[in-house]
Amino acid sequence: MNCYLGIDIGSISTKGVIVNDQDEIISSCYISTEGSPIEATKRLLNKLEIKDDYIIKGIGTTGSARKIIGLMLDANVVKNEITAHAIGTIHLYPNIKTILEIGGQDSKIIIIRNGIVTDYAMNTLCAAGTGSFLSSQAKRLDINVEDFGNIALKSKTPAKIAARCTVFAESDLVHKAQIGYSKEDIVAGLCKSVVLNYLNNVCKGKKLEEPIIFQGGVSKNKGVHKYFEEILGKEVIVHPNGHLMGAYGIALLAKKNKSNKEYSHKLLDIKFITLGTECHGCSNNCELIKIYKDNELVDTWGSKCGKF
Amino acid sequence: MGDYIIPSKYLLKHLINYEIIEPPKITSKTKEIGEKYSPEFVCTPFKYTLGTMIEALELGANTLIQFGGGCRYGYYHELQRQIINDLGYQCEVINLISGGKLINLKSLLKKFHIKKLKGLYYTFITIKMIKYMDKIDDYIRLNACYEKEVGSMKKIKEQMLKAFSETKGYFDLIKKYYYFKRKLKKVPKVNKEVMKIGLIGELYTLMEPMANYHIEDELIKMGCRVKRFTNVTYLLFQKKKAVKKYLKNFFIKYRMGSDALDNIHHTKYLCEHDYDGIIHIKSSFCTPEVTAIPIIDKVAKEYNVPIIFFSMNLNTSETGIKTRLEAFYDMLEMRKKR
Repeated sequence: MNCYLGIDIGSISTKGVIVNDQDEIISSCYISTEGSPIEATKRLLNKLEIKDDYIIKGIGTTGSARKIIGLMLDANVVKNEITAHAIGTIHLYPNIKTILEIGGQDSKIIIIRNGIVTDYAMNTLCAAGTGSFLSSQAKRLDINVEDFGNIALKSKTPAKIAARCTVFAESDLVHKAQIGYSKEDIVAGLCKSVVLNYLNNVCKGKKLEEPIIFQGGVSKNKGVHKYFEEILGKEVIVHPNGHLMGAYGIALLAKKNKSNKEYSHKLLDIKFITLGTECHGCSNNCELIKIYKDNELVDTWGSKCGKF
Repeated sequence: MGDYIIPSKYLLKHLINYEIIEPPKITSKTKEIGEKYSPEFVCTPFKYTLGTMIEALELGANTLIQFGGGCRYGYYHELQRQIINDLGYQCEVINLISGGKLINLKSLLKKFHIKKLKGLYYTFITIKMIKYMDKIDDYIRLNACYEKEVGSMKKIKEQMLKAFSETKGYFDLIKKYYYFKRKLKKVPKVNKEVMKIGLIGELYTLMEPMANYHIEDELIKMGCRVKRFTNVTYLLFQKKKAVKKYLKNFFIKYRMGSDALDNIHHTKYLCEHDYDGIIHIKSSFCTPEVTAIPIIDKVAKEYNVPIIFFSMNLNTSETGIKTRLEAFYDMLEMRKKR
C-alpha cells in the first residue's frame, strides 16, 4: 500500500501522520519534543507503527525544526507551517473561511476565501497568547495542562487578568491568587486572557467570518474554546484531529509532489549531530551550524556571506 | 548605506585634501555598538548609523558627513553628535540635507577650500555614477530571477562597483557603464514563470541589505521579479516632481513626512500594474510609515492584492522573517494557480 508521511516538529510537541492514497489518516502520533527534535522524530517514527506492507512514497516536514528533520529524512517537501495548516484544513473543510491556530510558541490566523489563502498573520514579539504560557502557568498553579480546560469550565466568574504581556499577566495572576480568588476563576481568567491577547495581537483588523475553525495544541483546551465562542459570538469548530492538521497538510503536499523514490523503513539508524561554531572571518561572527550525518559533513547553515 | 559608499568616497577623494576613511560594512558588531549607545525606542536607522559612526571614529575619523532625511532623521545628526561627544570622541558632524533641502553647502566649500568648478565637475560625475548604479540595480532586481546560474549577475555587479571606484573621468565612467551593461544582458537566462513583487517602505531599511535581512536576495532566490522604487536617484531627483503629482491626486492632500505619501501611491501603481504581491518593510518605530500603513492596507484590499508588512528591528529573528516570506510566496502561488 502506498502511503505518505507527514511530520510537524513544533517547539513543544512533535506530530506525525501517515496518509494513504485516499487521503485518510491511517496512523497518527503526538509526542512532546522535549527540546530535541531529532530524538523526538526517532521516537515518533517508532510509535507510528509503520507496517511492513506500507510503501512510503513521500515524506513532508513542517514546523520550526522542518529544515533539519527534512535533511535527516531526505524529505521531498519541506514547507512552512502556515501553508501546511491551510492545506490540511481546506482538505477537510472545503468552505472554511477562518483558521485560528494557537501552538506552543506561536499563534497564527489564516484567512481563506474560496479555498485559497488570502491573508495570514503570525504573532511577532510576544508569546503571551500561546501554549507555552499556559503550560508554565499551569506548573505554577500545580495543575496538569490537560485538566486546564475542565477546571476553567467550572468557573462562573473568571478573574480579570491583564492579557497584553506574559510578564504582566503573571504578576496579575499572582496578585489575584494572593487576594483569594479560587483556582477555577484564575484558570478561567487565564484562558480568557489567552483569547483576548490572541484577538488583540494577531487578528488586528482582520475579518473573522464563519465558518471558523480552532486548531493547534491549545484547541484541546475546552476553556479557551469556550471563550473564543463567547467573545466572538460565533460558532467555532474544533476538529478532534486539530492538533495534527499541520502534519496532515504536509503529508498531503508530500503526496502531491511525490517522487518515485521509495523510502526505507530504517530511517532511524542514521546518526545525526549538529555542531555550532562561530566563524571569525569578519566582524559579523556568524553562528555556523554544521550538520553531520554519520560523521560526514552534509550541510552548513547560518553563513551570511555565502562562504560556506 | 548599501553600495553608495563608492560614489561618495569617489567624490570626497577628488575634492578634499584629507584622508578619507571608509566606514566598515555594517556587521553584527556595528549593530551591537549602535544598540548599546542609542535610546531604545529610536528608529533603527539611528542605531545603524550611530554604530557605523563610532566604528569610523575608532578608525581615526575626525569629521563625519551625513545626509539627513525628511522625517525626524533630519535631527539625528545633532543627537548623534552629542552622544559621540559624551563618549569622549572629538569630532565634527556636518549634516547636508534637512527638510529635503541642501544646507551647509557653502560653509562646507569654504572649509575644505573646494574650487567651485572642480566641485561641480566631480559632483556631476558622482551623480552620473549613482544614476548608473541604480539603473544596473533595477535591471538586476527585475531579471536576476531568470538567470541560469544563480548569482552570476551579482558577480558582474561586484566587478562593476570595483571598476567604478577607479573611474578616471566622465568618459571613462560612461565606457565602463556600457561595458558592464552589455555584459549583464549577455548573462544566460531561462524562460520561466515568475512572481511579480513590489517592494515598498522606509528608505533606509529598503536600501541597506543588512537592515532588511537580505530580503531582496531571498525573494530573487525564490524566483521573484522584484520592483523597488526607492533608491538615491529617486530620492534626489525624481521625488520632488513625483510628490507634486501625487498631491494633485484626490487620495491624499497633505504630505505625511518622509516617503509615506510616495509609498501609498506606489501601492496604487503596483496594484494597477498587475503585481502579484506587495511587501512593505519599515524599521521599528518609523512614524511616517506607521501612519501610512492603514492607508496602504486599504488600497491593497480595494484592489485585492495581497500585502505583507515587516517591521525590522535589530533583534528581529531571521527565521521568523523567512517563515513569513515563504508563507507569503506559497499564498501567491496558490492564488496564481487558480
